Amino acid sequence: MESPILTVRNFNAFFGENQILKNINLDIAQHQVWAIMGPSGCGKTTFIRCINRMHELIANATASGSMQLNGEEVYDMNPVVLRRKVGMVFQRPNPFPTMSIYDNVIAGYLLNNIKLSKSQKDEIVETSLQRAALWREVSSTLHKKGTFLSGGQQQRLCIARALAMNPEILLLDEATSALDPVSTAKIEELIHELKKEYTILMVTHNMQQAARVSDNTAFFYLGELVEADSTKTIFTNPKHEKTQDYIRGHFG
Amino acid sequence: MKANHWKETGNSKAEIGRQIALRNRKNKWFKGVIIGATLLATVPLLLILFYIFKQGISALSWDFLVNLPKPVGETGGGVANALVGSILILLVSCIVAIPVGIIIGIYLSEATSSKLAYYCRLAVDVLQGIPSIVIGIIIYEWVVRPMGGFSAFSGSMALALMMLPAIIKSTEETLKLIPRTMKEAALALGVPYYKTMLKVILPTGLSGILTGVILSISRVIGETAPLLFTAFGSPFMTTDISKPMSSLPLIIFNYATSPYEDWHRLAWGASMLLILMILMLNIISKIIQRKWKVQF
Repeated sequence: MESPILTVRNFNAFFGENQILKNINLDIAQHQVWAIMGPSGCGKTTFIRCINRMHELIANATASGSMQLNGEEVYDMNPVVLRRKVGMVFQRPNPFPTMSIYDNVIAGYLLNNIKLSKSQKDEIVETSLQRAALWREVSSTLHKKGTFLSGGQQQRLCIARALAMNPEILLLDEATSALDPVSTAKIEELIHELKKEYTILMVTHNMQQAARVSDNTAFFYLGELVEADSTKTIFTNPKHEKTQDYIRGHFG
Repeated sequence: MKANHWKETGNSKAEIGRQIALRNRKNKWFKGVIIGATLLATVPLLLILFYIFKQGISALSWDFLVNLPKPVGETGGGVANALVGSILILLVSCIVAIPVGIIIGIYLSEATSSKLAYYCRLAVDVLQGIPSIVIGIIIYEWVVRPMGGFSAFSGSMALALMMLPAIIKSTEETLKLIPRTMKEAALALGVPYYKTMLKVILPTGLSGILTGVILSISRVIGETAPLLFTAFGSPFMTTDISKPMSSLPLIIFNYATSPYEDWHRLAWGASMLLILMILMLNIISKIIQRKWKVQF
């Protein structure tokens, strides 16, 4: 087996005195889709926010342990550099309201003063929107504000914005929970396409979704990683009682 | 029992009709009171405006705008120097107050729980409540005396100090309304913090901040007291901000308290000019609010 893109060892995260993540160990292989599941408050969102170091932006939030991206210690990297390698899509669509669709896609370049020629910009915008399955819907309205789009389109715009930076890992924090079933289906299809080129970690409350789109599933409970295995194993033959109870809907 | 109340009251249909009619009457009465109270508050305001316009319109003319005041005894004369003075004094106070106010506003919106922010907020609240004449005296002590004389610059400082609280507050409140996810979206793209603030958060809140700035200008444009000991006033046209300078509220004060009929007319004209300027600023702020409204 090739070496994992992300290695998590004895990782802990805190809010003040409160320990949110307890001794997490996990290996994420390249070009796989991981579903992160668990009941509310189990630390799954905190876990993925630790990967691109968004966790530490909250007052009192700290983390310890080791997390390596391609062998490089995440917590020794410059967060700005790290976040260009680890893209994130949030629960609610958050396109920049002052920018057009076009500018939203290349926002990562514009805001960082990375100079691009017109043709480079056009190319990045087109390929990113195509990868996010939004190109056909917006190709004629690229210079309208991104906030005029529907919620599902806005979310795909946010995915395109993340993809434009060519990240190595894409984090989806309940990216479909605020969307209607049609938009959700589109984004699930998209995840299926994207895993050819990206490694994806998605937090989800929706077990069917996890079963449909992920290769592997990690089950968190009360800040601990209870079980991590192939999605098929987790759903058909979980080793832990807690996982089994959760999958069957006994709690959550 | 309560649920059956309707059925038990003898002639229920007529009873219900009466009750509905009573409610409708109460609704009408309530509406009448609200409209009456609103009129009561609005009519005096309109009367003030009407009176100023009636008195001022006769004074207002091209000559009034471009001429200097004439000495007592001569008819005519205008307020050109006061108009230029008002604009110049405001311009300098804007240059000082806007950047400082916005920067402090950004700080307060970001550092919600720090000690410094707490005291800063307290200071802003107190500053907002300081009478304008006291600000005039303070600037007299701090700027006029050390500089060795009255100057438009010291007047600008007094007005800038008065503008600060409104600019700080409106910036802070506007930025606090911007969802945290907007900031996270930028940071997650690998945008450094300062660029996130300057290029994402500030532009998103721009319309709110500008509205606050314009309203703070319209608040101080008519301030007289802080200018009495600072800009002082001058009968001459000057653009040198180190010299005393006239301004619209100052000539209104001087002319209105004079015994000459002709000067009273000029004071009314200047009052109207001032009100027109404030009206214009308010219209501009409304346009900015509508046109640059950011939808999340």
